[in-house]
Order: sequence, then structure tokens, then C-alpha cells
Amino acid sequence: MKVTVETALQHGLTAEEYERIEEALGRTPTLEELGVFSVMWSEHCSYKSSRAYLRGLPTTGPRVLQGPGENAGAIDVGDGLAVVFKIESHNHPSFVEPFQGAATGVGGILRDIFTMGARPIANLNSLRFGSIDHPRTPFLLRGVVAGIGHYGNCIGVPTVGGEVSFDPGYDHNILVNAFTLGVVRADRIFRARATGVGNPVMYVGSRTGRDGIHGASLLASAEFDAESESKRPTVQVGDPFTEKLLLEACLELMSPEHSHHVVAIQDMGAAGLTSSSTEMAGRGGTGIDLDLSSVPLREPNVTPYEILLSESQERMLLVVHQGSEDAVTAIFAKWDLEAAVIGRVTDTKRLRCTFDGRVVVDIPIEPLTDDAPVYERPASEPQGSDDGGKLNLKELPEPTDYNQTLVRLMESPNLSSREWVYRQYDSYVGGGTIVRPGSDAAIVRLPGTEKAVAMTVDCNSRLCLVDPYVGTVSAVAEAARNLAASGAEPIGVTNCLNFGSPEKPEVMWQFQQAIAGLRDACLAFGTPVISGNVSFYNETEGRSIPPTPVIGMVGLLEDASQHVTQWFKSEGDAVVLLGRNREELGSSEYLAVVHHQVRGGVPWIDLEVERRLIRAVVASAREGLLRSAHDVSEGGLAVALVECCITSETTAPLGARIELEGGFRPDALLFGESHARMIVSVRRRHLTRLREIARREDVPISVIGEVRGQRLEVGDLIGIDVATLRDAWRGGLGKALAGSTSA
Amino acid sequence: MGWLARVFVTPKSGVLDPQGKAVQHSLHALGFPEVGDVRIGKYLEVRLADVSRESAEVRLREMCERLLANRVIEDYRFEIDAAPAG
Amino acid sequence: MRWGVITFPGSNDDEQTSFVLSNLLGETVVRLWHKDESVDGLDCIVLPGGFSYGDYLRCGAVARFSPIMRAVERFAERGGIVLGICNGFQILCEAGLLPGALIRNRELNFLCRRAHVRVEEADTIFTNRCRRGDVLDLPVKHGEGCYVADEATLRSLEAGRQIVLRYTDAEGRVTPEANPNGSLSAIAGIRNARGNVFGLMPHPEHACEWLVGGEDGRKFFLSIIASVSGGVEMPSVPSSSKVLSGP
Repeated sequence: MKVTVETALQHGLTAEEYERIEEALGRTPTLEELGVFSVMWSEHCSYKSSRAYLRGLPTTGPRVLQGPGENAGAIDVGDGLAVVFKIESHNHPSFVEPFQGAATGVGGILRDIFTMGARPIANLNSLRFGSIDHPRTPFLLRGVVAGIGHYGNCIGVPTVGGEVSFDPGYDHNILVNAFTLGVVRADRIFRARATGVGNPVMYVGSRTGRDGIHGASLLASAEFDAESESKRPTVQVGDPFTEKLLLEACLELMSPEHSHHVVAIQDMGAAGLTSSSTEMAGRGGTGIDLDLSSVPLREPNVTPYEILLSESQERMLLVVHQGSEDAVTAIFAKWDLEAAVIGRVTDTKRLRCTFDGRVVVDIPIEPLTDDAPVYERPASEPQGSDDGGKLNLKELPEPTDYNQTLVRLMESPNLSSREWVYRQYDSYVGGGTIVRPGSDAAIVRLPGTEKAVAMTVDCNSRLCLVDPYVGTVSAVAEAARNLAASGAEPIGVTNCLNFGSPEKPEVMWQFQQAIAGLRDACLAFGTPVISGNVSFYNETEGRSIPPTPVIGMVGLLEDASQHVTQWFKSEGDAVVLLGRNREELGSSEYLAVVHHQVRGGVPWIDLEVERRLIRAVVASAREGLLRSAHDVSEGGLAVALVECCITSETTAPLGARIELEGGFRPDALLFGESHARMIVSVRRRHLTRLREIARREDVPISVIGEVRGQRLEVGDLIGIDVATLRDAWRGGLGKALAGSTSA
Repeated sequence: MGWLARVFVTPKSGVLDPQGKAVQHSLHALGFPEVGDVRIGKYLEVRLADVSRESAEVRLREMCERLLANRVIEDYRFEIDAAPAG
Repeated sequence: MRWGVITFPGSNDDEQTSFVLSNLLGETVVRLWHKDESVDGLDCIVLPGGFSYGDYLRCGAVARFSPIMRAVERFAERGGIVLGICNGFQILCEAGLLPGALIRNRELNFLCRRAHVRVEEADTIFTNRCRRGDVLDLPVKHGEGCYVADEATLRSLEAGRQIVLRYTDAEGRVTPEANPNGSLSAIAGIRNARGNVFGLMPHPEHACEWLVGGEDGRKFFLSIIASVSGGVEMPSVPSSSKVLSGP
């Protein structure tokens, strides 16, 4: 087949990019070469629209052992251990086929972690669906949740936390972002650098089929339209059982006993064999020769083009030392997995592939990796982005019955219990889970130590739509507060930046603003960004999703027994508010649920104030003062108080008697979403010490009540049985789903 | 030539079939009130080498009894057709 | 005593079970591989939770044909103690070492939550550290944990006092809500007629430390230890306070 510029356009490349290819090769590319360029230059692999901006992020720090650029980042947690973590999107595949899309998303991020030599000990995920009333939402939600559970449960990595939200902005483009954290000895982190000329390149794991050909370039990069429904056959199918074997075999190979065989290892994820071999050679400053005829195949007559681009799951590419082939093969055979030598490391700095003795690919590595196109796309602030912000509180009627309003909020789709979701996830397997889903952050202990890590994924896309800079800062701050409320000190960040088409100047502007916010907030908290993922083209029929920079943040507890959970512990404890209430209702859940409005700008945020609050809470937790701690976020103070009363899975709900000093509108006081606030409960005898710490960190502190009885009473505004609130909260999501009949 | 066996594994009558019940419920909700009992089972295609039909039947029965069906909760039946070996 | 913990391809709770036995209870643990053919010299074999062979075809259907299972069958015939947890229970049923079968949960979804179980029989190898009627708090996590058996089997289970655990609420009452998966007669765990093979769906190995999942699960392991050591007074239980060692 003769390759022309038309062929290139069909591959999603531009005419200019095709010219660059001809220039780099000095000739017309073969079809296989064009395929290689198209996936390596796709947005997904090349980060061509985002690369220039990502350079501004803080990625270093005393704890950072590996920043962005490898399969995942790594952070030193002391005791000779490191944690390896990353978050990645699988949005488009999950919209096309929710079960398999979400399942393979989990499988992909797990491989990114264990290729570094780390054993995965926790999965989290951040999910965004369209309006719960949209006819497709229940189907997508059920499929995605079942897919995540299927993969995580079967492979035996606990799913310990995450977030699920509903917004009409995702009606036609859901978001499925999967996070995994693993543990590795700090001096035994494996990297993906192909070195040692003559070293064999080995293929291990599942055989190659025609799965997901062009998944990376088409599914993850092109916009959705009605036609993409028919692209179903390219969706990959996950096999968590095989991945479990691959995980155990790889970790056995990388154990002290066998690791001397290994030079480099990389997952064959998006763009499969092509990207794994090219990237390994790129990082190693070497070249790779591959004999595509040696690749183990699942079906007959797979072409070299398909072998290069297949996204069959549960495969790894290894570079091993010469002479180690048999030892490596034996380890994989023990786990009933195939291994095959399919190539060699060379000094040519080229990717050369042969098939049946014929050269089908011969490309210099550099244009595929470091010299891939980088675009500084035009960005401009959308017109009228300030207009939607005005909110005249005087025109907004106050609720007549605050009890009723509170119940309505507790059962609303975004505030109700996620139990229906997380009960489908095994959160125990592995044996290290200290705090399961349902508190501010998940906590998992570090094996063999007294330490634990806390993890959270956060984003409020409503704020990001109104102001992407402040929205992103707020997401980082909320993540940090969630960790602090668990007693953990924030130590590092990963991020999944979900946006619309970068070819639209207003989307590029949102992206720039989000990156700026991410940078400023991470600098303020001293939390380097060690890994991440950009997902562009989240659009349907020309409409972009709300900008959604999901923040995954990890914190460290030096002593696991000092962890804190969000629910009240016993009657008589004092309830304390740290932080200051402001008369702010902008972009709140209350406005959306009760008044059906998204306006009023975004709440005020000051990173210095946030930083002080976090220091105060972490210090108090370390002194063992906090019986509970809970961040105030969506739904405001009233919803946070309810959550303190009713969210314990193992103990009965507790009431509280609360008095709030407002001086302003009660609905703003109860439901406004001002930042930098935390509700903690302490024994009375610890109040003095807590006040000292708050004063030291200059954090406003007020005792607002006590844990008492079976009712939540807030001044004379609210007085309601906690059992009523709990029933509303628990039943909310199920009730909304039961309304739909599509299975 | 060989054989292609089509094996049908179904829940025994009387054994609870929660999946079947859920599908029945959904079909009713979707406007198919005429739907009665729904039972969900498994369908397997097993290719056999060139042996006699009698031998193929005996071996298949053994496969079903030992592995393909759990006789505590499942029934099975199969059909055998001549097919190109594969 | 000497414990054997089997690893099938796809076993997930093998590490945790071994960790509990060796690190928390100070027992000797031999890790068994599914291709092993001998269980000689062991006092109790544990078939752990997980998804052996991906749970493809049916849960436990493929695992029961592993070479190790022939040895386990012989071991059980000789009166050896066998404990099957979750997937291990499913394998024991598939292998015919325990009656009945485990099918898809009533609500169809995988279910991970805490469940209360009532001890129905306390004079067994597996529950002698409990009192009859004790209510234990244990995690369950399974997609196919609904116990079914025909009427004759149920009658003989009852007559033979083989039903060891039932799902109840925190007060020990059998209610439909307390039964997480729709199991027949709220059955959570059964033993064979001879009393040396026990399978249960809840996970005692995930309830052996206060920090992670509570301590009610210890009672099963301590009961087995007591049985093997011939009812001798048990050594004091190692504290699980702050010693956090992992697999």
C-alpha cells in the first residue's frame, strides 16, 4: 500500500506533521511507519499540546526519588521504603463500553505501578457522570463500578477510596480516572531505560490480538460523535486473572534473588509495543531492533501493522541481560505465562522492525520521542466568563424549613452515601486497610512499619468551570485538608487533567489557568507533582466538559495508630470549628440542588490560611488530641456536621447540639462552601491544648457545641433525628438509580 | 473431520437464579408483560478431534459431569455435529 | 502447630492468612503451591480467598483439579483439618468435600461490607474458643456467596449439627437484611459430617488486629490451635497493639 498525505490524515495526523515525517525519514514512510508516527505523535503519547505548560510544575523535593517521565513517580517515605503512585484517565473507552473500559483502566494503572518494582497496595478512582436523570447515566454508572470492582477485586488490590459525582456537563463524556499506589524498597525502583547493546528484548504476558488498534490515537484523542458508538470492536477486554499472574511473576523477577537479570521493564499500554519499545530506547539513548514475527499471537494472520499498534492487555516488555533469557522464561513459566525474545538493544538510536525477514520500520528514535511536535496553542479567556458570576442574595428566597432542606441535600445525588458504589469494591484484600471508603481520606499501612499512607482524589469541577485557576487551587487545598483531617502530612501529588479540545483557545486558557493554580498550590503545600496524565478532547458534538483537573494527593502518617476518621466518637466530646465562616453561597451544592443555579462566583481561597489550618490539624492529630476531624466542603457546614454524626459503618449514629455565630444569612452560614474550615471533636480536657495549637498557627477556633443524644440540633434552625438523616443519606443514590429500568 | 459440541449448562429447576429473576424484572419493566420465567445458563462450544460419535458423546458427558457443570446446582445437555477439526 | 496455606493462581488472601498465622499468632506456616502433590507433616491446610483461576467457568471449579487438591482430599479422608475461606469454601464445595454450592449473591453485585455471624455450634474444631450464640463481627467480600443446597442436604446439615455459622444482625437475630447474599437458612459456614473440614464465606484473616478490621477472626485460628494441641490451655494471645509487620 502506497502511503500518501491522505493516509496520514486518516491516521489523525495533520499535513504539516506528515511533512515532518517525510523530512525525518528522508523518504515516504511505510504504512507501518506511519502507524508508529501516528500513535507516538498522538496527544495521548506525545503530550504535544500540554508539554510546554507542564514544564512549569514543581516536580522536585527532598523526598522525590522519581518525578514525571517514567511509568510513575516515587516518593521516599523513610524506613528504606518508597511509595509509587499515579493517576490516569480511561474516559473515552469507558463511555463506549463502561465495564471493559473502566476495568482496563484499572489494569493499565496497576501495570504502571508494578513495572517500577512496587507492589500495588491501594486503588482509588475519580468518576464523573452526567446528570443522574440522563437515561444513559445509570447504565454507565453500573458498568463502570462493576468493571472497576471486577478488575481490582480479582487481582487482589483493595479499592479504598475515590469520588463519584454527577453533572450534566458530562452527559456525553464521562470521566473515569484511576489511581494506584504501590510500595517498593527505595533502593530497588526499576526504570524503563533500554541499555546495554546486544541485550535481548523480551515480550511477556498475554498474546497479541487485534484489540484496540488505534485506541491511543483515536479513542483517547478524537472527539466523540454518533459514529464512535460503532467503534466498539476496538475496545480492549481486560483479564485480571492474567494480570494477577503477570504481577506476581514480575515482582518475583524483580525480587533481590532474580533482579540481576533485569535491565528495564515497561508496560505495553496505550500504543502497545510501539510506545513501550520506543520510549525505552529513548530514555536509554539507544536503539531497538524487533522481529515482529516472534511476537506471540492470539489469532492467525495478524499483520505487522497490527502487531505494532495492538493494545492487547496484560503484556510487558523487558530488556534483560544476555544469558538471562532462560532464567526469565522459567519465572514466567512458573506463573503459566509466555515469554519470548523478540529483539535486541542496539546503538543505532533507531527503531527497526522486521517481519518475515523484511524491514517494515526503520525510524530514528528522536523524532518519535524528544523531538515529537510541541504546540503552543493559542489561548484566550472566554467572552463573558465573569457574567455568570453575579448573585444577588437579596433576590434569593431563604428556605422556610431548614430540616427539610437539609434532608433534601443529604439525599441529593452528589451528597448522598456512596455505599452502593464502594460495597462493590474489595477494600480489605491485602490486609493493610485502616480506613476504608467513607471518611475524608483512605488510609493503608506500609507493610513492615508503623507508618501508613493516606490518599485522596479531589476536584470540584463546578468551581473550575467558573474559575479554573481558583478551582484548581481549591481542589489541591481540599485534597490537603482531607489528608490533614486523617492525621497525615501531605507529601506528594499526581494529577489527571481532563479538558476539552486543545484546539479551542478557551479550552487552552482553562488549561493554562489550571496549571498555574496547580503550580501555586503545590508550591504552597510543598507537595511536588511526581506523575500525571493529560486527557484532552473530552467533548461531544462540540461541547467541552467542565475543566476537571483531578488531584490525587498522598500523605504520610509516621504512626498509623494516630490516624483520625471523620465521624464523632462519643457523647460529651466538644465540637470545634477551625477556620472562619464567610457569607458565601457562590457555586455551592445548595444553590444547585435547592435553587437550580450555578452562580455567585467561587468562594474565597487563601493558600497561606489553608497551610496554617493544615499544620494545626496535623499537629493536633500527632498529639492524639483529635477524636474526629472532617473537612467542610460540598454542602457546607450543615452537611459536614451531619456527616460527622452518621457516617460510621460500625457504630451507631450520634447527635450533636450546635450553636453557630453567624451575623449573616442562615442559609449561607449552613450551606455556604467557604474554604479553610474543619470540624473536629475532642475530649473536653484537650480543649486548652487545641486552643494553644490553633493560636500558634494563627487559626480561628471556636467551640460550637458537643456530641450528644440522637438528634442534630443547630441553633433553632435545625432539629432532626440523626436516624432520619442517615436514612435519607443512605437511600439517596439507590433511590435515584431505582428510577431507571435499563439494566 | 472432527466434532463440534454445543454444550448448554442451565440452573437446575428449583435452584434460585438471581440473574434470571433480574432479567425477568427488567423485561417486565421494559413493557414485555408476557415474559414468564427467565433462566440464565452457559453456552460452550467444544471442538473434539476425529473420534467416533459414540466416543465423543461418552467423553463429553464425562466432561460435563466432572467440570463443565456443577451437578449440585446445574443441568446440562449437548448437541454434537460433524465439523472441520480445529 | 504446622499450617499449610495453599496458593492457587489467583489466590489473593494467601499472604494475609500466612501473615496472621506466622506474624500475629506465631505459628509455623508452610506455603503450598497448587502444583505441589504432598501435604505431609502438616496439621491444618487453609484454602484462602481470592479468584483461583480467575473464577472462570464457576468459582473454584478449576482449582479443585489442581494437583494439590488430590493431596488435600486424601488429607481430609485421613481426618486432617481443612479450612476453606471464601474462595476456599467454594473450592471445597466444588470438590465435594463440603455439601451444597455457592452461587451469585441475591443482589447480583459483589458485596464488601461487615457482617455479623452467630456461632451455632461451639464444640467444633473451628469454634471451640467461642460460646454458642456468640455474635462475631467479620468482613465479607464476595460476588458468589449465596449458599444453596437441596432440602435433603439442608435437613442432614441440621441433623448433623453441621451448620456452624449463620448471618445475623448485631443482636444475633436472623433477618433478611442481615443475610448479605441470600444464603439458604442464612448459612455463613458449614463443616462436613465428620467435623474436620470447615468452609465459611466471611474472612476471619481480615479481622485479627484492631487497627485493620477488628479481632473476632482470631477465634477461629485459636480454636484450631487448641484442638490440635489437645485442649491444653492456650498461651496468652500475642498483643496486636502497635507491632505492624507486613507480608
